[in-house]
Amino acid sequence: MSLVVEMAHAFDGFDLDLALEAGPGVTAVFGPSGAGKTTLIKAVAGLLSVDKGRVVLRDRVLFDSAAGVDVPVPARRVGYVFQDARLFPHMSVAQNIRFGMRFAPSPPGRGEEARVIAMLGLDALLERRPGGLSGGEAQRVALARALLSSPEILLMDEPLAALDAPRKEDILPYLEELRDSTPLPILYVSHQLSEVARLADALVILKAGRVAVQGRVEDVLSNPAALPFVGVREAGAVLPATVAEHEADGLTRLRLSGGDLLLPTVAAEVGSPMKIRVLASDILISLERPLGLSSRNVLPVTIRSLHRGSGPGVAVQLACGDDLLLARITARATDELDLRPGLACFAVLKATAVPRGSIGSARKV
Amino acid sequence: MNLRPEEWAALVLSLKVATVAVIAALPLALWVAWLLARREFRGKAWLSALVHLPLVLPPVVTGYLLLLTFGRSGALGGALESLGIVLAFRWTGAALAAAIMGFPLMVRAMRLAFEAVDPRLEEAAATLGAGRGAVFFLVTLPLVAPGVLAGMVLGFAKAIGEFGATITFVANIPGQTQTLPSAIYAFLQVPGGEGSAIRLVVLATAVAVAAVLVSEWLARRVAARIGR
Repeated sequence: MSLVVEMAHAFDGFDLDLALEAGPGVTAVFGPSGAGKTTLIKAVAGLLSVDKGRVVLRDRVLFDSAAGVDVPVPARRVGYVFQDARLFPHMSVAQNIRFGMRFAPSPPGRGEEARVIAMLGLDALLERRPGGLSGGEAQRVALARALLSSPEILLMDEPLAALDAPRKEDILPYLEELRDSTPLPILYVSHQLSEVARLADALVILKAGRVAVQGRVEDVLSNPAALPFVGVREAGAVLPATVAEHEADGLTRLRLSGGDLLLPTVAAEVGSPMKIRVLASDILISLERPLGLSSRNVLPVTIRSLHRGSGPGVAVQLACGDDLLLARITARATDELDLRPGLACFAVLKATAVPRGSIGSARKV
Repeated sequence: MNLRPEEWAALVLSLKVATVAVIAALPLALWVAWLLARREFRGKAWLSALVHLPLVLPPVVTGYLLLLTFGRSGALGGALESLGIVLAFRWTGAALAAAIMGFPLMVRAMRLAFEAVDPRLEEAAATLGAGRGAVFFLVTLPLVAPGVLAGMVLGFAKAIGEFGATITFVANIPGQTQTLPSAIYAFLQVPGGEGSAIRLVVLATAVAVAAVLVSEWLARRVAARIGR
């Protein structure tokens, strides 16, 4: 494991007690405000001292309350990207980017610097002052600054939360590129499931200071039992797909392991691996292959499990080829259709139900 | 304007005293301002009161206390004299008096500047590997620079104008401890001295206006440099 965290901390009227492990790749920490996400990431960086616990990064013990170890922040070598970029206002973009290089034990060379600048599209900004940057530009500079301080982990604390929706869409491809190109483990804190679904390999959901669920992002998001923690409106499975064909009428054919989906044009070349998130509330279940229906997206599926909530809804996990889908339907429909595990049926999805933001590039294998 | 030698001497001495006072007080003023802005400790209120004391005490009282402390028979004066440092009735004493009188103004301006620096920037610098010293010199100090300059100009202006503590501590010896205000006062005490007094008043005003203009110019340059 790249990062092992165990911590217990008491605040006024709220206590935190959690243990988690993050492997290589992107581990997203998701949860509502006040769940303990920021406390967790700050404790890893050393910006906050918790009452009890241990933080181990690779083989380095950064914090161990029992052994009295508390490595100071500058020596932890974590690349922290804050929600509010926190660029130094008295330095140019180039000076900001190079700030951490002078402290790095093995500073990145010119080539690495140029690669990061190119990857984040910062060439034209180098002479500018942070005051004149847009929120998205500032966040890209902050990311470059963190990367070039030669950290051993990247800690990203809601890096997109301060941006409006179009800016988020602008910066997400850079983050996908980063995810695919960096060997660094990334701890990514967010309360936006759409970002998590696009970027994360693993997902840890926090609820009131405890770990509610953790696992591979595909597993957690298709787990009906995790639905209450994700929220009924946001719940939805993430599944891998490949761009099969751009058709003449403006639809793109995506190939899943269990069938094809036709979605409005996806801006990616044929053959590109993608990751799509299908909201549970956008899926209909039909016992027979529907005829005379406007949707072209009908996938043969098998019911794996059902999870009744406290309300009128039921979360249904569906196996579709090698992948899992999550659907949310009413308890009444479940009863009337007599849905049960093992039943073969069809999942129906409207072509426009998958918004552009829910389709991202997948890690290239 | 033709200045008489003793008028020149007063001007040069005033500039020397004020410059030395501000430069000598700067490190301590920075440190105290930082302590008051950023640290919580026992006795903080007392430190703040002590720093502000010269602002509220009658300057003559401050001067007399300095004489009691740093005079030849004073608590510290004897010890310093054995080291070859004499302050009472010397220009160095005038600089000490000016530094002490200007100190509260310098600390006030610098404390406000420290309080205006976002500690989250310092936090960010620490995560990038910067230790305390590097954070201070690379991030904090450049950001407080305008406030530091403002404090230095205030301290300088106060030092140029300081009269009560100076005349009590180091008297009014032409060419040795006679600063601009002391000289103006002395010329006004003798018949026919008005001409000299007026010339020195004009000079004192010119120095004050120049100090303010220079500080404005510096502050603008610094502000442009730190991108505010």
